[in-house]
Amino acid sequence: MSARNRPVVARLHIDWTRCDARESCIELLDGRLRADDWGYPIAPGVPAAEQSDVPLRADELDAGRDAVALCPRLALTLRGPA
Amino acid sequence: MTDTATHGAARPVPARSHPRVLATLGRPDWATHLATHGPLPSLVPNLVEILQNAGLVGHGGAAFPVWRKIASLAGAPAAIIANAAEGEPLSHKDAVLLANAPQLVLDGLLVLAGTLAPRAKLLLYVNPLSLESAERAVADRPDGRRIQVVAAADGFVAGEVSAVVDSLSGGRGVPRDHPHHLTERGLKGKPTLVFNVETLAHLALIARHGPEWFRSVGTPDDPGTRLISVSGAGLEAHVREVDGGTPLGDVLARCGLGETAVQAVLVGGYHGAWVERSRLGAPLTAKATRTSIGAGAGVIHVLGVEECGIHASGAILRYLASQSAQQCGPCLFGLPTLSGAFDDVTTGSGRQGDLLQRMLATLPGRGACHHPDGTVRFATSALGVFADEVTAHRAGRCRAAGARR
Repeated sequence: MSARNRPVVARLHIDWTRCDARESCIELLDGRLRADDWGYPIAPGVPAAEQSDVPLRADELDAGRDAVALCPRLALTLRGPA
Repeated sequence: MTDTATHGAARPVPARSHPRVLATLGRPDWATHLATHGPLPSLVPNLVEILQNAGLVGHGGAAFPVWRKIASLAGAPAAIIANAAEGEPLSHKDAVLLANAPQLVLDGLLVLAGTLAPRAKLLLYVNPLSLESAERAVADRPDGRRIQVVAAADGFVAGEVSAVVDSLSGGRGVPRDHPHHLTERGLKGKPTLVFNVETLAHLALIARHGPEWFRSVGTPDDPGTRLISVSGAGLEAHVREVDGGTPLGDVLARCGLGETAVQAVLVGGYHGAWVERSRLGAPLTAKATRTSIGAGAGVIHVLGVEECGIHASGAILRYLASQSAQQCGPCLFGLPTLSGAFDDVTTGSGRQGDLLQRMLATLPGRGACHHPDGTVRFATSALGVFADEVTAHRAGRCRAAGARR
Protein backbone atom coordinates (compact mmCIF):
# COMPACT_ATOMS: atom_id res chain seq x y z
CA MET A 1 0.00 0.00 0.00
CA SER A 2 1.47 3.34 -1.02
CA ALA A 3 1.95 6.09 1.56
CA ARG A 4 -0.75 8.18 -0.09
CA ASN A 5 -3.35 5.45 0.33
CA ARG A 6 -2.73 4.67 3.98
CA PRO A 7 -5.74 5.53 6.12
CA VAL A 8 -6.20 8.91 7.76
CA VAL A 9 -6.02 8.45 11.55
CA ALA A 10 -6.42 12.09 12.63
CA ARG A 11 -6.81 15.61 11.35
CA LEU A 12 -4.71 18.58 12.30
CA HIS A 13 -7.07 21.53 12.66
CA ILE A 14 -5.52 24.94 12.00
CA ASP A 15 -7.08 28.00 13.63
CA TRP A 16 -5.99 30.56 11.04
CA THR A 17 -7.04 33.44 13.28
CA ARG A 18 -4.28 32.37 15.71
CA CYS A 19 -1.60 31.11 13.30
CA ASP A 20 1.29 33.57 12.97
CA ALA A 21 3.63 31.69 10.61
CA ARG A 22 6.09 30.56 13.28
CA GLU A 23 6.64 27.41 11.17
CA SER A 24 7.32 24.92 13.98
CA CYS A 25 4.55 22.65 12.64
CA ILE A 26 6.15 22.79 9.21
CA GLU A 27 9.49 21.57 10.60
CA LEU A 28 7.82 18.79 12.61
CA LEU A 29 5.56 17.64 9.79
CA ASP A 30 8.09 17.96 7.01
CA GLY A 31 6.60 16.25 3.98
CA ARG A 32 3.01 16.83 5.07
CA LEU A 33 3.23 20.61 5.46
CA ARG A 34 5.30 23.23 3.70
CA ALA A 35 5.48 27.01 4.05
CA ASP A 36 3.64 29.33 1.67
CA ASP A 37 5.09 32.66 0.49
CA TRP A 38 4.73 34.11 4.01
CA GLY A 39 5.54 31.04 6.12
CA TYR A 40 1.96 29.90 6.76
CA PRO A 41 1.42 26.15 6.52
CA ILE A 42 0.02 24.56 3.41
CA ALA A 43 -0.58 20.86 2.78
CA PRO A 44 0.54 20.06 -0.77
CA GLY A 45 -1.79 17.80 -2.70
CA VAL A 46 -4.60 18.14 -0.14
CA PRO A 47 -7.91 19.56 -1.45
CA ALA A 48 -8.97 23.08 -0.41
CA ALA A 49 -11.81 21.71 1.74
CA GLU A 50 -9.24 19.86 3.92
CA GLN A 51 -6.55 22.55 4.19
CA SER A 52 -7.84 23.62 7.62
CA ASP A 53 -8.19 19.99 8.79
CA VAL A 54 -5.08 18.38 7.38
CA PRO A 55 -5.27 14.57 7.16
CA LEU A 56 -2.55 12.71 9.08
CA ARG A 57 -1.54 9.09 8.65
CA ALA A 58 -0.42 6.80 11.48
CA ASP A 59 3.27 7.50 10.91
CA GLU A 60 2.58 11.26 11.18
CA LEU A 61 0.56 11.12 14.38
CA ASP A 62 3.45 11.59 16.83
CA ALA A 63 4.76 14.58 14.89
CA GLY A 64 1.20 15.92 14.79
CA ARG A 65 0.95 15.67 18.58
CA ASP A 66 4.28 17.47 18.93
CA ALA A 67 3.12 20.18 16.54
CA VAL A 68 0.01 20.78 18.64
CA ALA A 69 2.04 20.88 21.88
CA LEU A 70 4.80 23.12 20.51
CA CYS A 71 2.78 25.65 18.50
CA PRO A 72 3.66 28.96 20.17
CA ARG A 73 0.31 30.42 19.09
CA LEU A 74 -1.79 27.45 20.30
CA ALA A 75 -3.32 27.42 16.84
CA LEU A 76 -3.43 23.65 16.35
CA THR A 77 -5.69 20.86 17.60
CA LEU A 78 -5.92 17.19 16.72
CA ARG A 79 -9.30 15.79 15.83
CA GLY A 80 -10.71 12.44 14.81
CA PRO A 81 -10.22 11.20 11.26
CA ALA A 82 -13.71 12.08 10.00
CA MET B 1 -43.01 53.28 0.56
CA THR B 2 -41.05 55.71 2.72
CA ASP B 3 -39.17 52.77 4.16
CA THR B 4 -37.58 51.77 0.90
CA ALA B 5 -36.45 55.32 0.25
CA THR B 6 -33.97 54.91 3.11
CA HIS B 7 -32.19 52.11 1.28
CA GLY B 8 -30.30 54.09 -1.28
CA ALA B 9 -31.08 53.36 -4.86
CA ALA B 10 -32.70 49.99 -4.20
CA ARG B 11 -36.26 49.96 -5.45
CA PRO B 12 -38.59 46.98 -5.09
CA VAL B 13 -40.63 45.96 -8.10
CA PRO B 14 -43.35 43.32 -7.86
CA ALA B 15 -42.77 40.04 -9.67
CA ARG B 16 -44.82 39.46 -12.78
CA SER B 17 -46.73 36.46 -11.53
CA HIS B 18 -46.18 35.41 -7.94
CA PRO B 19 -45.32 37.96 -5.33
CA ARG B 20 -45.03 35.81 -2.24
CA VAL B 21 -42.61 37.16 0.31
CA LEU B 22 -43.17 40.65 -1.15
CA ALA B 23 -46.97 40.34 -1.26
CA THR B 24 -47.27 43.23 1.21
CA LEU B 25 -45.11 45.53 -0.89
CA GLY B 26 -45.28 49.06 0.46
CA ARG B 27 -47.48 48.03 3.41
CA PRO B 28 -45.24 46.54 6.08
CA ASP B 29 -47.72 47.01 8.94
CA TRP B 30 -49.08 44.23 11.15
CA ALA B 31 -52.73 44.58 10.04
CA THR B 32 -51.87 44.26 6.34
CA HIS B 33 -49.63 41.30 7.13
CA LEU B 34 -52.45 39.47 8.95
CA ALA B 35 -55.00 40.30 6.28
CA THR B 36 -52.66 39.12 3.51
CA HIS B 37 -51.19 35.98 5.00
CA GLY B 38 -53.57 34.98 7.77
CA PRO B 39 -52.59 33.82 11.24
CA LEU B 40 -49.38 31.94 11.91
CA PRO B 41 -49.61 28.45 13.44
CA SER B 42 -47.92 28.58 16.85
CA LEU B 43 -46.03 25.38 16.06
CA VAL B 44 -45.68 22.93 13.18
CA PRO B 45 -45.47 19.33 14.50
CA ASN B 46 -43.56 17.74 11.61
CA LEU B 47 -41.63 20.83 10.55
CA VAL B 48 -38.42 19.09 9.43
CA GLU B 49 -40.35 16.71 7.18
CA ILE B 50 -42.42 19.55 5.75
CA LEU B 51 -39.34 21.61 4.99
CA GLN B 52 -37.67 18.60 3.40
CA ASN B 53 -40.69 18.02 1.17
CA ALA B 54 -40.83 21.69 0.30
CA GLY B 55 -37.15 21.67 -0.68
CA LEU B 56 -36.48 25.03 0.96
CA VAL B 57 -32.78 25.97 0.95
CA GLY B 58 -31.02 28.91 2.54
CA HIS B 59 -31.16 32.22 0.67
CA GLY B 60 -28.02 33.70 2.25
CA GLY B 61 -25.75 32.30 -0.45
CA ALA B 62 -24.80 28.73 0.46
CA ALA B 63 -28.17 27.18 -0.51
CA PHE B 64 -27.92 24.65 2.33
CA PRO B 65 -31.16 22.66 2.87
CA VAL B 66 -33.08 24.22 5.76
CA TRP B 67 -34.39 20.92 7.07
CA ARG B 68 -30.86 19.53 7.23
CA LYS B 69 -29.62 22.46 9.30
CA ILE B 70 -32.48 21.99 11.78
CA ALA B 71 -31.93 18.22 11.88
CA SER B 72 -28.23 18.75 12.67
CA LEU B 73 -29.00 20.57 15.94
CA ALA B 74 -27.20 18.91 18.87
CA GLY B 75 -30.12 19.91 21.13
CA ALA B 76 -32.87 22.46 21.42
CA PRO B 77 -31.44 25.73 20.06
CA ALA B 78 -30.54 28.28 22.74
CA ALA B 79 -30.74 31.03 20.14
CA ILE B 80 -32.37 31.49 16.76
CA ILE B 81 -30.91 34.30 14.70
CA ALA B 82 -32.38 36.05 11.66
CA ASN B 83 -29.45 37.33 9.63
CA ALA B 84 -29.80 40.52 7.59
CA ALA B 85 -26.23 41.81 7.91
CA GLU B 86 -26.13 42.00 4.09
CA GLY B 87 -22.51 43.14 3.83
CA GLU B 88 -22.42 42.56 0.05
CA PRO B 89 -22.52 46.03 -1.58
CA LEU B 90 -24.59 44.82 -4.55
CA SER B 91 -27.23 43.11 -2.40
CA HIS B 92 -30.33 44.97 -1.28
CA LYS B 93 -32.89 42.20 -0.97
CA ASP B 94 -32.72 41.79 2.80
CA ALA B 95 -33.17 45.53 3.40
CA VAL B 96 -36.09 45.63 0.95
CA LEU B 97 -37.64 42.54 2.54
CA LEU B 98 -37.41 44.12 6.01
CA ALA B 99 -38.87 47.37 4.69
CA ASN B 100 -41.84 45.68 3.03
CA ALA B 101 -42.53 42.37 4.73
CA PRO B 102 -40.73 42.32 8.08
CA GLN B 103 -43.57 40.43 9.77
CA LEU B 104 -42.92 37.33 7.66
CA VAL B 105 -39.34 37.28 8.92
CA LEU B 106 -40.51 37.60 12.53
CA ASP B 107 -43.10 34.87 11.83
CA GLY B 108 -40.26 32.61 10.75
CA LEU B 109 -38.39 33.18 14.01
CA LEU B 110 -41.52 32.65 16.10
CA VAL B 111 -42.69 29.47 14.40
CA LEU B 112 -39.20 27.98 14.71
CA ALA B 113 -39.17 28.88 18.40
CA GLY B 114 -42.69 27.56 18.94
CA THR B 115 -41.77 24.27 17.28
CA LEU B 116 -38.19 23.70 18.44
CA ALA B 117 -37.44 25.74 21.53
CA PRO B 118 -40.12 27.91 23.13
CA ARG B 119 -37.53 29.54 25.39
CA ALA B 120 -34.87 30.23 22.75
CA LYS B 121 -33.39 33.70 22.51
CA LEU B 122 -34.69 35.29 19.29
CA LEU B 123 -32.46 37.80 17.55
CA LEU B 124 -32.81 39.89 14.42
CA TYR B 125 -29.32 40.90 13.29
CA VAL B 126 -29.74 43.69 10.77
CA ASN B 127 -27.68 46.02 8.65
CA PRO B 128 -27.85 49.41 10.41
CA LEU B 129 -29.83 50.69 7.39
CA SER B 130 -32.74 48.47 8.42
CA LEU B 131 -32.61 49.10 12.15
CA GLU B 132 -35.59 51.44 12.16
CA SER B 133 -37.91 49.30 10.03
CA ALA B 134 -36.95 46.21 12.04
CA GLU B 135 -37.61 47.86 15.39
CA ARG B 136 -40.91 49.27 14.18
CA ALA B 137 -41.97 45.82 12.98
CA VAL B 138 -41.15 44.19 16.30
CA ALA B 139 -43.09 46.88 18.19
CA ASP B 140 -46.00 46.54 15.75
CA ARG B 141 -46.95 42.96 16.62
CA PRO B 142 -48.46 41.69 19.86
CA ASP B 143 -46.01 38.79 20.24
CA GLY B 144 -42.92 40.74 19.16
CA ARG B 145 -41.57 41.63 22.58
CA ARG B 146 -39.32 38.62 22.90
CA ILE B 147 -37.48 39.42 19.66
CA GLN B 148 -34.35 41.51 20.08
CA VAL B 149 -33.10 43.67 17.21
CA VAL B 150 -29.32 44.12 17.00
CA ALA B 151 -27.37 46.31 14.57
CA ALA B 152 -24.92 44.28 12.49
CA ALA B 153 -21.21 44.98 12.24
CA ASP B 154 -19.94 46.72 9.14
CA GLY B 155 -18.06 45.07 6.31
CA PHE B 156 -18.28 42.47 3.58
CA VAL B 157 -17.72 39.47 5.86
CA ALA B 158 -20.07 40.66 8.65
CA GLY B 159 -22.86 38.29 7.55
CA GLU B 160 -20.73 35.13 7.74
CA VAL B 161 -22.38 33.02 10.43
CA SER B 162 -19.44 32.85 12.83
CA ALA B 163 -19.04 36.64 12.46
CA VAL B 164 -22.71 37.07 13.40
CA VAL B 165 -22.25 34.94 16.51
CA ASP B 166 -19.00 36.78 17.32
CA SER B 167 -20.76 40.13 17.19
CA LEU B 168 -23.68 38.90 19.31
CA SER B 169 -21.13 37.58 21.84
CA GLY B 170 -19.61 41.04 22.21
CA GLY B 171 -16.82 40.68 19.63
CA ARG B 172 -16.14 43.04 16.73
CA GLY B 173 -18.19 40.91 14.36
CA VAL B 174 -15.51 39.09 12.38
CA PRO B 175 -15.38 35.41 11.37
CA ARG B 176 -14.06 33.06 14.04
CA ASP B 177 -12.47 29.67 13.91
CA HIS B 178 -15.40 27.29 14.25
CA PRO B 179 -14.36 23.66 14.11
CA HIS B 180 -17.86 22.72 15.26
CA HIS B 181 -21.04 23.61 13.42
CA LEU B 182 -23.03 26.36 15.08
CA THR B 183 -25.92 23.92 15.36
CA GLU B 184 -23.66 22.04 17.80
CA ARG B 185 -21.80 24.91 19.49
CA GLY B 186 -22.82 28.44 18.66
CA LEU B 187 -23.80 31.42 20.78
CA LYS B 188 -22.34 30.90 24.29
CA GLY B 189 -21.30 27.41 23.20
CA LYS B 190 -24.92 26.25 22.81
CA PRO B 191 -26.75 24.95 19.72
CA THR B 192 -27.66 27.92 17.56
CA LEU B 193 -29.66 28.39 14.38
CA VAL B 194 -28.76 31.18 11.98
CA PHE B 195 -30.95 31.77 8.93
CA ASN B 196 -30.98 34.51 6.35
CA VAL B 197 -34.10 36.69 6.73
CA GLU B 198 -35.46 35.71 3.32
CA THR B 199 -35.18 32.05 4.25
CA LEU B 200 -37.32 32.74 7.34
CA ALA B 201 -39.93 34.56 5.25
CA HIS B 202 -40.31 31.54 2.94
CA LEU B 203 -40.39 29.26 6.00
CA ALA B 204 -43.24 31.31 7.49
CA LEU B 205 -45.29 30.80 4.33
CA ILE B 206 -44.52 27.08 4.18
CA ALA B 207 -45.63 26.79 7.82
CA ARG B 208 -49.00 28.22 6.76
CA HIS B 209 -49.57 26.67 3.36
CA GLY B 210 -47.45 23.50 3.23
CA PRO B 211 -44.89 22.06 0.83
CA GLU B 212 -47.23 21.48 -2.15
CA TRP B 213 -48.17 25.14 -2.15
CA PHE B 214 -44.47 26.09 -1.98
CA ARG B 215 -43.67 23.85 -4.94
CA SER B 216 -46.55 25.20 -7.04
CA VAL B 217 -44.21 27.81 -8.52
CA GLY B 218 -40.64 27.39 -9.66
CA THR B 219 -39.27 24.09 -10.95
CA PRO B 220 -38.96 20.66 -9.28
CA ASP B 221 -35.24 21.30 -8.76
CA ASP B 222 -35.66 24.90 -7.68
CA PRO B 223 -39.07 25.30 -6.07
CA GLY B 224 -40.63 28.54 -4.83
CA THR B 225 -39.45 32.06 -5.47
CA ARG B 226 -36.33 34.06 -4.70
CA LEU B 227 -35.52 37.69 -4.18
CA ILE B 228 -32.85 39.06 -6.46
CA SER B 229 -30.89 42.32 -6.45
CA VAL B 230 -30.25 43.55 -9.98
CA SER B 231 -27.86 46.36 -10.94
CA GLY B 232 -25.37 47.51 -13.56
CA ALA B 233 -25.47 48.55 -17.24
CA GLY B 234 -27.21 51.79 -16.34
CA LEU B 235 -30.02 50.06 -14.45
CA GLU B 236 -31.38 51.59 -11.32
CA ALA B 237 -30.76 49.03 -8.55
CA HIS B 238 -33.81 46.76 -8.32
CA VAL B 239 -35.07 44.08 -5.99
CA ARG B 240 -37.43 41.58 -7.59
CA GLU B 241 -39.10 38.36 -6.62
CA VAL B 242 -38.76 35.76 -9.36
CA ASP B 243 -39.84 32.14 -9.70
CA GLY B 244 -37.22 29.46 -9.16
CA GLY B 245 -35.57 28.28 -12.37
CA THR B 246 -36.29 31.45 -14.36
CA PRO B 247 -33.73 31.82 -17.18
CA LEU B 248 -31.23 34.60 -16.45
CA GLY B 249 -32.07 36.36 -19.73
CA ASP B 250 -35.78 36.47 -18.78
CA VAL B 251 -34.93 38.06 -15.44
CA LEU B 252 -32.93 40.76 -17.25
CA ALA B 253 -35.65 41.25 -19.88
CA ARG B 254 -38.16 41.98 -17.11
CA CYS B 255 -35.77 44.66 -15.88
CA GLY B 256 -35.86 46.14 -19.38
CA LEU B 257 -32.47 44.84 -20.50
CA GLY B 258 -32.30 43.12 -23.88
CA GLU B 259 -29.60 40.60 -24.70
CA THR B 260 -27.72 43.05 -26.93
CA ALA B 261 -27.19 45.42 -23.98
CA VAL B 262 -25.44 42.69 -22.01
CA GLN B 263 -21.76 41.77 -22.29
CA ALA B 264 -21.62 39.50 -19.23
CA VAL B 265 -23.41 39.08 -15.91
CA LEU B 266 -21.91 38.72 -12.46
CA VAL B 267 -24.17 36.26 -10.64
CA GLY B 268 -23.83 35.63 -6.92
CA GLY B 269 -22.14 38.92 -6.11
CA TYR B 270 -18.47 39.53 -5.42
CA HIS B 271 -18.00 35.91 -4.33
CA GLY B 272 -19.87 34.73 -7.39
CA ALA B 273 -18.85 34.24 -10.99
CA TRP B 274 -19.13 36.03 -14.31
CA VAL B 275 -21.52 34.45 -16.77
CA GLU B 276 -21.06 34.96 -20.51
CA ARG B 277 -23.85 36.38 -22.66
CA SER B 278 -24.11 33.06 -24.49
CA ARG B 279 -25.46 31.50 -21.26
CA LEU B 280 -28.37 33.92 -20.72
CA GLY B 281 -30.82 31.13 -21.60
CA ALA B 282 -29.68 29.02 -18.64
CA PRO B 283 -31.98 28.89 -15.60
CA LEU B 284 -31.07 30.65 -12.38
CA THR B 285 -31.22 28.06 -9.58
CA ALA B 286 -30.16 27.85 -5.95
CA LYS B 287 -27.02 25.88 -6.74
CA ALA B 288 -25.16 25.78 -10.03
CA THR B 289 -25.47 22.58 -12.02
CA ARG B 290 -24.03 21.63 -15.39
CA THR B 291 -26.92 23.41 -17.08
CA SER B 292 -27.97 26.08 -14.59
CA ILE B 293 -26.46 29.16 -12.97
CA GLY B 294 -26.15 29.29 -9.16
CA ALA B 295 -27.97 32.34 -7.80
CA GLY B 296 -26.12 32.42 -4.47
CA ALA B 297 -27.70 35.22 -2.42
CA GLY B 298 -29.49 36.48 -5.54
CA VAL B 299 -27.12 39.23 -6.63
CA ILE B 300 -27.10 39.95 -10.38
CA HIS B 301 -24.83 42.64 -11.76
CA VAL B 302 -24.79 43.36 -15.48
CA LEU B 303 -21.70 44.44 -17.41
CA GLY B 304 -22.70 46.62 -20.35
CA VAL B 305 -21.19 46.10 -23.81
CA GLU B 306 -19.06 49.26 -23.58
CA GLU B 307 -17.50 48.35 -20.24
CA CYS B 308 -14.22 46.55 -19.62
CA GLY B 309 -14.76 43.40 -17.58
CA ILE B 310 -11.11 43.30 -16.59
CA HIS B 311 -11.08 46.80 -15.16
CA ALA B 312 -14.37 46.12 -13.38
CA SER B 313 -13.04 42.86 -11.96
CA GLY B 314 -9.74 44.42 -10.90
CA ALA B 315 -11.64 47.05 -8.90
CA ILE B 316 -13.78 44.37 -7.24
CA LEU B 317 -10.67 42.36 -6.32
CA ARG B 318 -9.09 45.43 -4.72
CA TYR B 319 -12.28 45.90 -2.70
CA LEU B 320 -12.34 42.24 -1.65
CA ALA B 321 -8.69 42.43 -0.57
CA SER B 322 -9.57 45.49 1.53
CA GLN B 323 -12.38 43.56 3.21
CA SER B 324 -10.16 40.91 4.79
CA ALA B 325 -10.82 40.91 8.52
CA GLN B 326 -7.00 40.82 8.78
CA GLN B 327 -6.95 37.82 11.05
CA CYS B 328 -5.83 34.92 8.86
CA GLY B 329 -2.42 35.22 7.19
CA PRO B 330 -3.26 33.64 3.82
CA CYS B 331 -6.14 36.15 3.46
CA LEU B 332 -4.37 39.16 4.97
CA PHE B 333 -1.30 38.78 2.73
CA GLY B 334 -2.67 36.61 -0.05
CA LEU B 335 -5.65 38.68 -1.23
CA PRO B 336 -3.69 41.90 -1.83
CA THR B 337 -1.03 39.81 -3.60
CA LEU B 338 -3.71 38.13 -5.70
CA SER B 339 -5.26 41.49 -6.56
CA GLY B 340 -1.90 43.01 -7.51
CA ALA B 341 -0.90 40.01 -9.62
CA PHE B 342 -4.31 40.07 -11.35
CA ASP B 343 -3.77 43.73 -12.30
CA ASP B 344 -0.24 43.01 -13.47
CA VAL B 345 -1.25 40.07 -15.64
CA THR B 346 -4.36 41.71 -17.09
CA THR B 347 -3.33 45.34 -17.51
CA GLY B 348 0.37 45.61 -16.65
CA SER B 349 3.74 44.02 -17.34
CA GLY B 350 2.41 40.48 -17.37
CA ARG B 351 5.40 39.25 -15.39
CA GLN B 352 3.41 38.01 -12.40
CA GLY B 353 1.63 35.12 -14.10
CA ASP B 354 3.26 32.47 -11.89
CA LEU B 355 2.48 34.43 -8.75
CA LEU B 356 -1.14 34.83 -9.84
CA GLN B 357 -1.49 31.10 -10.53
CA ARG B 358 0.12 30.26 -7.18
CA MET B 359 -2.34 32.51 -5.31
CA LEU B 360 -5.32 31.03 -7.15
CA ALA B 361 -4.12 27.50 -6.34
CA THR B 362 -3.11 27.94 -2.68
CA LEU B 363 -5.47 30.44 -1.01
CA PRO B 364 -8.76 28.48 -0.99
CA GLY B 365 -9.59 26.60 2.20
CA ARG B 366 -7.00 28.39 4.31
CA GLY B 367 -9.00 30.73 6.51
CA ALA B 368 -11.61 30.88 9.27
CA CYS B 369 -14.22 31.79 6.65
CA HIS B 370 -14.59 31.39 2.90
CA HIS B 371 -13.57 34.91 1.92
CA PRO B 372 -10.38 33.66 0.21
CA ASP B 373 -12.33 30.91 -1.55
CA GLY B 374 -14.98 33.30 -2.86
CA THR B 375 -12.37 35.81 -3.98
CA VAL B 376 -10.41 33.15 -5.88
CA ARG B 377 -13.63 31.91 -7.50
CA PHE B 378 -14.43 35.42 -8.67
CA ALA B 379 -10.90 36.06 -10.02
CA THR B 380 -10.85 32.72 -11.83
CA SER B 381 -14.16 33.43 -13.55
CA ALA B 382 -12.97 36.90 -14.61
CA LEU B 383 -9.81 35.44 -16.17
CA GLY B 384 -11.90 32.87 -18.03
CA VAL B 385 -14.76 35.06 -19.25
CA PHE B 386 -12.60 38.06 -20.12
CA ALA B 387 -9.63 36.18 -21.61
CA ASP B 388 -10.04 38.02 -24.93
CA GLU B 389 -9.97 41.35 -23.12
CA VAL B 390 -6.65 40.39 -21.50
CA THR B 391 -5.27 39.65 -24.96
CA ALA B 392 -6.58 43.00 -26.23
CA HIS B 393 -4.89 44.78 -23.32
CA ARG B 394 -1.59 43.11 -24.28
CA ALA B 395 -1.98 44.66 -27.73
CA GLY B 396 -2.64 48.08 -26.19
CA ARG B 397 -6.40 48.10 -26.69
CA CYS B 398 -9.28 48.23 -24.22
CA ARG B 399 -12.97 47.78 -24.87
CA ALA B 400 -13.87 50.70 -22.61
CA ALA B 401 -13.13 53.76 -24.72
CA GLY B 402 -10.96 56.15 -22.78
CA ALA B 403 -10.36 53.74 -19.94
CA ARG B 404 -6.97 54.29 -18.35
CA ARG B 405 -4.49 51.52 -18.85
